[in-house]
Amino acid sequence: MAGLMSRTSAVVKAWISKLLDRAEDPSVTLDYSYEKQREQLQNVKRGVADVVTAKKRLELQAQKLEQDVVKLDGQAREALGAGREDLARAALERKTLAQQQLQGLDQQAADLEAQQEKLVAAEKRLATKVEAFRSQKEVIKAQYSAAEAQVRIGEAATGIGEEMADTGLAIDRARDKTEQMQARAAAVEELTAAGTLEDLTSTDTQLDRELAQLSASKQVDDELARLKGELGAGEPQKELEG
Amino acid sequence: MIVRLMGEGQFRVDDALIERLNELDDGAEAALEAEDEIELDKRLDEMWRLVQESGDRLPDADLTPSEAVIPPSDLTLEETRRLMEAEGFIPDIPGE
Repeated sequence: MAGLMSRTSAVVKAWISKLLDRAEDPSVTLDYSYEKQREQLQNVKRGVADVVTAKKRLELQAQKLEQDVVKLDGQAREALGAGREDLARAALERKTLAQQQLQGLDQQAADLEAQQEKLVAAEKRLATKVEAFRSQKEVIKAQYSAAEAQVRIGEAATGIGEEMADTGLAIDRARDKTEQMQARAAAVEELTAAGTLEDLTSTDTQLDRELAQLSASKQVDDELARLKGELGAGEPQKELEG
Repeated sequence: MIVRLMGEGQFRVDDALIERLNELDDGAEAALEAEDEIELDKRLDEMWRLVQESGDRLPDADLTPSEAVIPPSDLTLEETRRLMEAEGFIPDIPGE
């Protein structure tokens, strides 16, 4: 059986042949092919721009979530100051979960950054190839017989088609990655948005069940002890806000 | 012979390297069939490394088609399998 290199090559070539309809007259094929390449280059540019925009939005969202984590810490402090250890614990549990999710988000953001760099480089290669095709097609029209021209057009178009297949795959993967990140960010948002402490006692969602599981965790105990220590060391007691 | 590193570009490689790539490629395919992602990634990484080190990068404006295409190692096992299937994993170029 053929190895991965030739199988992948065959898949790419099959994809390209679907892409390129060839006319009988080489000069028609040439102009049509070039027109189509330019169209698809525009689509690729749009695809890359979409990924870049989505990534920027996610970065802003992550920044806001970091602030929410700080806010939850503040709420825990206030709750403890008001003698409500149960609420302080709940806020710290949310904070811990949110922090864990944010770490995952950071990793995904780094992956996406790497993919985006490759995507931009691939778009540039594709643009260069389309431009090279434009100048070659005039040479082919002027210098070759119809039969020879067909062969050369086929080759050049295949060369470009490979780059398009690469770029298409890269855009698709970057989109998947962005969607995963959006889902994760939404999960953190749900956690921190529900951080208004009065809600904590009244709902019994999936989230609350997860929180209940977490409530015995050592990290929360440690944080609670830390806060108690800080407050015990001289901060005045105050009423819980809101 | 011209080899494409998928997502990275094209390289011209000599016969000696092709022989080595073919050996690694056989192992990569066996790993894919055995669903051994660690071994598959190891093989693909090695193939990429060899091509990048010993191959000559083709200029971006070169329109020569590749004779072999090497997938990247950061695909999952499932993604690599889909890439190999006839219906393909390569999406259409995104439209409007």
